[in-house]
Amino acid sequence: MYENLETADKQDNLKRVVVDPVSRVEGHGKVTLLLDENNKVQQARLHIVEFRGFEKFIQGRPYWELPVLVQRLCGICPVSHHLAAAKAIDQLVGIDPDNLPVSADKLRRLLHFGQVLQSHALHFFHLSSPDLLFGFESDISKRNIIAVLNDFPEIGLQGVKLRKFGQEVIRMVTGKRIHGSGAIAGGMNKSLTKEERDYLLADVEQMIEWSAGSVALIKKVHCSNLPYYDDFATISTNYLGLTKADGALELYHGGIRAKDAQGGTILDHFDYCHYSDIIHEEVRSWTYMKFPYLTSLGQQEGWYRVGPLARVNNCDYIDTPLAEAARIEFKQHSDSPMVHSTLAFHWARLIEVLHCAESIKTLLNDPDIMGSDLVAQGEKRFRGIGVIEAPRGTLFHDYQIDENDIVTKANLIVSTTSNNMAMNESVRQVAAEYLSGQELTEPLLNNLEVAIRAYDPCLSCATHAVGKMPLQVELVNAEGQYIDKLMKQSNGEIIKL
Amino acid sequence: MTDKLKVATTSLAGCFGCHMSFLDIDERMLELARHVEFDRSPITDIEHCGPCDIGLIEGGVCNSENVHVLREFRKNCKVLIAVGACAINGGLPAMRNHIPLADCLNEAYIDAIGIENAQIPSDPELPLLLDNVHPIHEIVKVDYYMPGCPPSADVFWSFLSAIIAGQEPGLSYDLLHFD
Repeated sequence: MYENLETADKQDNLKRVVVDPVSRVEGHGKVTLLLDENNKVQQARLHIVEFRGFEKFIQGRPYWELPVLVQRLCGICPVSHHLAAAKAIDQLVGIDPDNLPVSADKLRRLLHFGQVLQSHALHFFHLSSPDLLFGFESDISKRNIIAVLNDFPEIGLQGVKLRKFGQEVIRMVTGKRIHGSGAIAGGMNKSLTKEERDYLLADVEQMIEWSAGSVALIKKVHCSNLPYYDDFATISTNYLGLTKADGALELYHGGIRAKDAQGGTILDHFDYCHYSDIIHEEVRSWTYMKFPYLTSLGQQEGWYRVGPLARVNNCDYIDTPLAEAARIEFKQHSDSPMVHSTLAFHWARLIEVLHCAESIKTLLNDPDIMGSDLVAQGEKRFRGIGVIEAPRGTLFHDYQIDENDIVTKANLIVSTTSNNMAMNESVRQVAAEYLSGQELTEPLLNNLEVAIRAYDPCLSCATHAVGKMPLQVELVNAEGQYIDKLMKQSNGEIIKL
Repeated sequence: MTDKLKVATTSLAGCFGCHMSFLDIDERMLELARHVEFDRSPITDIEHCGPCDIGLIEGGVCNSENVHVLREFRKNCKVLIAVGACAINGGLPAMRNHIPLADCLNEAYIDAIGIENAQIPSDPELPLLLDNVHPIHEIVKVDYYMPGCPPSADVFWSFLSAIIAGQEPGLSYDLLHFD
């Protein structure tokens, strides 16, 4: 591990190297490195540089506004925030997940599967497929979805239509593709009509076929570069996420399971309403993103990864047949009980796409999604906690209200935050393995980009960039004078300035 | 290539929902690619906005870096369009404007549940936050506005189709919505 590189012992006379923007496109994050006179890396940090203050400004609002307010955290996975908030405010009206009307429960699950499918399809096809199809060091004019559509129209169009299908599932359930409204306290505001159901059903077999094709594609890419894909930016970590009571993969509701790097159980079937007993967050001065950790293991050992890799590693099986077969192949490719390869995030993500497509088909054939029993209500409570597996990992929403139903306290742990330490560790690993002692080179830039991108850090939830990170690296001495400056030009060429 | 319109896009203090809605033009991206070339945008690797025909700005202005990026876009884009509720009037992030900034920071980093090492991040590497979240027209001249949270894919299509055809962009009544 490389945690000693987080803060240099002596800051004097070190050269500062800035990878800025990691996300200058949005102005949200950057990497800084400090090097000694031999170019040995002494410090490496990924900084998240934006702050919005949601926890504060939603206070004073009535609780029923929460699902539509907090989904504006993120236009890529708004449904995740919508549903996490809905699960929390269910409790405020006295409804626990087991008491939600069956139609409402299934509609929410349908909505969530649509969401995870579209978000994962976006990350793979719109953002990552240019790398895979054209190569990591291809011309910059090629590295975007438009070029994929021009040069590989079949794959590109499959990706566009997979994402479209997920978005259309969302639109049928909530009325809009982005920032619609479906979930309300204790249930849902409408069910599907037969016409809406049939419209989605018409395409679902095709979506399953394309999803299975995308799993085959990523498996081929991964296994044909096996040593590189299994070793690059790979870190041995704990994993955390929800599972069903029987240990199956679960995205909407379950207990918390955490496993260590050897696959040993740290926690299982833990009630997420007590999350603050097991997870604390550390603040560090140099980034707006906090560092969550399991309190039982402490700050040094207790950090963990979340998201597709964690979920597919943690679960005992997947309850849809094609995705389960894909999971078994995934696990078998590695000798270790847990797959630690950071680039395997892509593979796990596409297994989940297949699971979502299969699950959407099952739900569309279930008459309950057209049912009329949509809302339940019980006795008022003053605190509600909703937890969900968002596309990028476990998402926690915790709200308190007063006697007038006004929000008085809010705590959010967004998915990408849980991967903060892991992304920093991967950056440090790459800096130590590929940069330390070297001249600044193009492979350095590409390696840093590839490491961060594998996590699919959510550009908005945690204020990260979508897609490729345009890079500029500056070498500055302790007096602030430029020693060296590399820039990737608009034609993709790296030049020394 | 050279007769294509150059389009640059960015998100300032926004949620990327407007960018996602742009991608919701789905298969029409093939048609768009025949007329348009992307400059700086979250979907490309180009890091600085060069001379462009159209600049699309999502999000309001919440820190010093947003100001810098917005000015770079204005300088380089012949037509600058404010896209969505946040760019037009600050949107949801501007809900913090009636609360002192220090209170927002305290809530997240000092008084939050399960916090260790409570402190407000203050490293010089972090850009300076502004007291208020501003609509972009308070910083630069804006040529057109696309309302909505987010504007629908059809709004993007209508605007860009008009400009590609050399016409003044505008919205028909059925496309004009603010939710």
